[in-house]
Amino acid sequence: MTATEQFARTAPAAPSEKLPSPARLRPRDILAVGLSGLRGRKLRAVLSALGIAIGVAAMVAVVGIGTSSQAQLADQIAKLGTNLLSVGPGSNFAGAEVKLPEDADGMVQRIGPVESATQTGKTSATVRRTDKVDSRITGGIQVLAARDNLLGTVGGKLRSGRFLDPATGRYPGVVLGAKAADRLGVDAPGGQVWLGDQWFTVLGILDPVPLAPELDSSAMVGWEAAKTYLGFDGHPGNVYTRTKESAVEAVRDVLAPTVNPKSPNEVKVSRPSDALAAQLAAKDTFNALLLGLGAVALLVGGVGVANTMVIAVLERRQEIGLRRALGAHRGQIRTQFLTEAVALAGFGGLAGAALGGLATYGYATAKGWPFAIPAGALAAAIAASALVGAVAGLYPAARAARLTPTEALATG
Amino acid sequence: MTGAEKTLVPTQFGGPDTEVITLSEATKTYAGGLTALDHASLSIRQGELLAIVGPSGSGKSTLLNLMGTLDRPSSGTVRVLGHDVATLSDRRLSAVRARWIGFVFQQFFLSPHLSALDNVANGLLYHGIGHSNRRERAAEALERVGLGQRLDHRPHELSGGERQRTAIARAVVSRPRIVLADEPTGALDSASGAAVVDLLRELNAQGTTIAVITHDGELAASLPRRVRIRDGRVTEDTGLAGAAPGGLGVGA
Ligand SMILES: Nc1ncnc2c1ncn2[C@@H]1O[C@H](COP(=O)(O)OP(=O)(O)OP(=O)(O)O)[C@@H](O)[C@H]1O
Ligand SMILES: [Mg+2]
Repeated sequence: MTATEQFARTAPAAPSEKLPSPARLRPRDILAVGLSGLRGRKLRAVLSALGIAIGVAAMVAVVGIGTSSQAQLADQIAKLGTNLLSVGPGSNFAGAEVKLPEDADGMVQRIGPVESATQTGKTSATVRRTDKVDSRITGGIQVLAARDNLLGTVGGKLRSGRFLDPATGRYPGVVLGAKAADRLGVDAPGGQVWLGDQWFTVLGILDPVPLAPELDSSAMVGWEAAKTYLGFDGHPGNVYTRTKESAVEAVRDVLAPTVNPKSPNEVKVSRPSDALAAQLAAKDTFNALLLGLGAVALLVGGVGVANTMVIAVLERRQEIGLRRALGAHRGQIRTQFLTEAVALAGFGGLAGAALGGLATYGYATAKGWPFAIPAGALAAAIAASALVGAVAGLYPAARAARLTPTEALATG
Repeated sequence: MTGAEKTLVPTQFGGPDTEVITLSEATKTYAGGLTALDHASLSIRQGELLAIVGPSGSGKSTLLNLMGTLDRPSSGTVRVLGHDVATLSDRRLSAVRARWIGFVFQQFFLSPHLSALDNVANGLLYHGIGHSNRRERAAEALERVGLGQRLDHRPHELSGGERQRTAIARAVVSRPRIVLADEPTGALDSASGAAVVDLLRELNAQGTTIAVITHDGELAASLPRRVRIRDGRVTEDTGLAGAAPGGLGVGA
């Protein structure tokens, strides 16, 4: 055979030229090649990114709504102030209520850092819409004697009308808390309600008072009027005081002995803003649960991306073969499919972050809250999606890289 | 080959007796136990234009895959410019394909989403050069194959013959040392097939070494050298028959 003879004659040629060295793709080309697979398969890309998007949107919305509501609470606390202290009868004396001295607010006022002090006292009167209503049906509304400076000290606001003042405080006039007004069916001042055993004119209606919610279901009459018309004994049940912000704890310590020197243990001193602060802390546990659900959705989305990539590798064997023929090495094929998976999941993450942000914005706006999402959470959500994409792309990319060029090209 | 044409062979790559690809006793046995190529020996020198012919299933594509380093032989050696393919890593071998070998396939393998220009520019993708540089050279290559007016056309906006010429432009854009074409006219009507063959001749005249598989006996007969394969064996090689010892296998 001539061929064999020919090769018997010629010695194997020595390498006549230096081998070309492998080239690296530029970052821009890596990205372009990675994204090229998503072209022309847009619907599929969108669908497989959707799972990721939903997971991320859920997580971002949970974090965003939580943050916004906390921002709202924090705003509210800041606005209401954390320097209100309230003194009330001790809880273990539910029946036999402690009688505080009539001048309790005056005594508190004399404590150095105190800015204002006021008090309310329970009367035995009931309030009804008319005298025809049974006196036993109180609607849970208590009638309180109140000082004229009550509203300013507890930080309450009038919804309409006006509050008690030295003049009206002597006459049968009443200011209704928000709930009390609702229950009595009173929506504007000017009318009359049956209080004790005579008509009282409604002077004003309050908005809910966040730091003294007990006032919401109360009907407040002037201190002197309560004594004159309702047989009020003049002993306060609650004392409220605003102190210098820096001295809240110090004042808190001396408050009980000040108002009730005989048995300071029988009164309960509280800081109403603490209840709101506790709400701030309580939101966290709720968040953790929903965040977990979002994370599960994200993982399920990752499975979707992996599935899409496995199919992509099967479908695109010829493309892989062509790229190998054009000089791509295994690592470059692997990088291409990994990039594609990360891009797919990353787009999902971006869309999800936008969606979650939008949902948060809508919810916060509807609730009248400030809109707040921590930027770190957004970045973390997108990074987590990209990571999920990388993990999801690992196996399909390895499969693509394992194909030999001929195997890849051979598939019809 | 005339003297004028000879000067177009890039001289920095060594003389026309440089062996671009050399197979010695190359055998390929597939997983099923089928021996598609049986102790085949073949040497292609710079500047050659040769046809590989043979009946269907005789092992032509297998031979081309081994020559193009797309596959490795089960035994025997394949050398590209003297380098034994068996000793090269995947990265090295891929670089060899990127720089030295251009492929043309019967099915074109053009990306439907890319313009002719970008398809051709992809022939330089794995050279690590910049995008605009790739496109510039791609435009030149399309000019060379007569498609200077079709740069922005997508494959579906091109005729079959134009698609194959685009694929040829992609194969030659990197100025490879050899172009391997597996039935490049197989999917074309005779007129566009003839145009593609004319193009291959022209490229060869300008210095490109080309090996082309074909079923077309007339076409094969018109080429300077023919290698015939049957049952995985090289049964005829006109290049060797007509060649003076150590001389050129072209121009017979
Ligand atoms: N990957 C493979 N695994 C197993 N057998 C294969 C494989 N590829 C090719 N063959 C077999 O090897 C033999 C040679 O195939 P090859 O593709 O080289 O033929 P060919 O000459 O190119 O044929 P055609 O003219 O039809 O393209 C055939 O019998 C084919 O079935
Ligand atoms: Mg074939």
